[in-house]
Amino acid sequence: MTDLAIETEGLTKIYGDLRAVDGIDLAIARGGVHGFLGPNGAGKTTAIRMLATLIRPDAGRGTVLGHDIVKEADAVRSLVGLTGQFASVDEDLTGAENLRLIALLYGYRGQAASRRAMELLEAFSLADAAGKQVKNYSGGMRRRIDIAASIIVSPELLFLDEPTTGLDPRARNEVWDIIRALVDFGTTVMLTTQYLDEADQLADRISVIDTGKIIAEGSATELKASVGAGSLHVRVMHRNDRDTARELLMRELDVDVAREADPQALSASVEDRARATRALSALEAAGIDVAQFSLGQPSLDEVFLALTGHPAEKTATDEEVAA
Amino acid sequence: MSTTETHTQATEEAPKPQAHAIATALAGGARPARPSALSTSVTFGWRALLKIKHVPEQLFDVTLFPVMMTLIFTYLFGGAIAGSTQDYIAYLAPGILVQSVLFITMYTGATLREDIDKGVFDRFRSLPIWRPSALVGMLLGDAVRYTIAATVTGIVCWFVGWRPEGGIVGVLMGVLTLLIFAFGLTWLWTFLALLLRSQRAVMGVSMMILMPLVFGSNIFADPSTMPGWLQGWISVNPVAHLVDAVRAFMDGGSAAGEMVWVIGWSAALVAVFGTLTMWKYRDPR
Repeated sequence: MTDLAIETEGLTKIYGDLRAVDGIDLAIARGGVHGFLGPNGAGKTTAIRMLATLIRPDAGRGTVLGHDIVKEADAVRSLVGLTGQFASVDEDLTGAENLRLIALLYGYRGQAASRRAMELLEAFSLADAAGKQVKNYSGGMRRRIDIAASIIVSPELLFLDEPTTGLDPRARNEVWDIIRALVDFGTTVMLTTQYLDEADQLADRISVIDTGKIIAEGSATELKASVGAGSLHVRVMHRNDRDTARELLMRELDVDVAREADPQALSASVEDRARATRALSALEAAGIDVAQFSLGQPSLDEVFLALTGHPAEKTATDEEVAA
Repeated sequence: MSTTETHTQATEEAPKPQAHAIATALAGGARPARPSALSTSVTFGWRALLKIKHVPEQLFDVTLFPVMMTLIFTYLFGGAIAGSTQDYIAYLAPGILVQSVLFITMYTGATLREDIDKGVFDRFRSLPIWRPSALVGMLLGDAVRYTIAATVTGIVCWFVGWRPEGGIVGVLMGVLTLLIFAFGLTWLWTFLALLLRSQRAVMGVSMMILMPLVFGSNIFADPSTMPGWLQGWISVNPVAHLVDAVRAFMDGGSAAGEMVWVIGWSAALVAVFGTLTMWKYRDPR
């Protein structure tokens, strides 16, 4: 067992003149969700396909769960699951048949394969649609059966390639819940997405990828912090406490704290999230009741714009179409 | 524009029932013993049969097409080529069997391309199984379709008046020979499917290769009536050798000499295009 789920050095894939993936270095720890964030055509899917041993890198090397993705491809395949637009199920078959097929291919036999298929259909609320051809499934059901098919044998690492693209908000939330359940169980998830809020919601760490290169890496918060200051809003329970609170915050944050129009509210610009947290603890220690506080941050949209010089592509319009 | 994380004293939400079900399902995902190459290939064969069950339309090309071809050639050209339809069907039947099955082999490439385009194929490639099994299983399923096509064509020929002298054994031997060659030829189409980018391109190129093989042969007429250059082509055309072998079996003669050609060609096709297919399979576009 190595500590790292994924490690790459200079991983590269070239299609003709296009360096689809251009020398990516990754070191991704086990556990949690790692987000791969970038616009269409940034190279996210190509990178994932290399890591999942579907295509071979033209240069560089990579290991997944300690196994080389070229020399020990079979070992990698037995430890990872894969879901995406490029790793789908057979539309002509029913949900139950699809899962049974994959179960058989993993070595379940006869009845055991059917049982395993039913188990997963029930867990993913698809039992009612078990006998329906997948082509008649809704977008959300489709995505659920795709994910179910990739955890027939519990993978240590699951690649999810744009799992919510084209889904309406409700179906998207369902998929998010599934991903959280997988992570709680201990599965490491590598998620690609072009939706900034998705990365923000799910990913512990994010690699921002653009034109085949990783241009930034960190937690959503770090990425946001790297581009700009956030702002702290505090609303005290009792208006009499406001001035005391203001002095305390000014001392802790070392910046000016403004009184808002609301007689209970204060706001301050902060550079350091940890410092803001400490300031809030100080309020509590001083016995000042805080009704509400919030740490306003730049959005990942702004982060992306700052990092790449161009906005993340048409995320809003995509979602409108899907809804 | 800024997102706001609001921290209130809200209690942790209780885990949803689905999260629990998924955790249970994950916990039940213990890895069974790795299945054998044969077992995974048979599983893929089962998939091919399921597809026939769900999309029975795909049997049109293995049933109606051979019937149509047989009837057209027999009644349209029979009199002109052999004097009567009765005399012609005796010559044509083994050949039209070959033609029916060989045309159907093309669909294997088209089906594979569809699997690739729809992403099903990558799912299979991501599994820890004997790598050729997806393709071998596909061919196993196709063997069923080839058999149906051969049976349908044989029955139509019988109704038209074909009475093979080799009897049932001769006919079965002929069909078996045909299936061996079809198995070899299919690897050419699978290679094309991995090489070309669209189903239309796969069909187009397959057709271009198959046409001269099937029509530039001894299927429809005796080559001795043809110009020398065409006879030269037919003498090296593997399909012509196949037809000779099938005809010999069905007419009750000896096919030993032709079988060497057929088996040699089939082995060469598997060796060359099977290898190329598996090479391309590792890294398709």
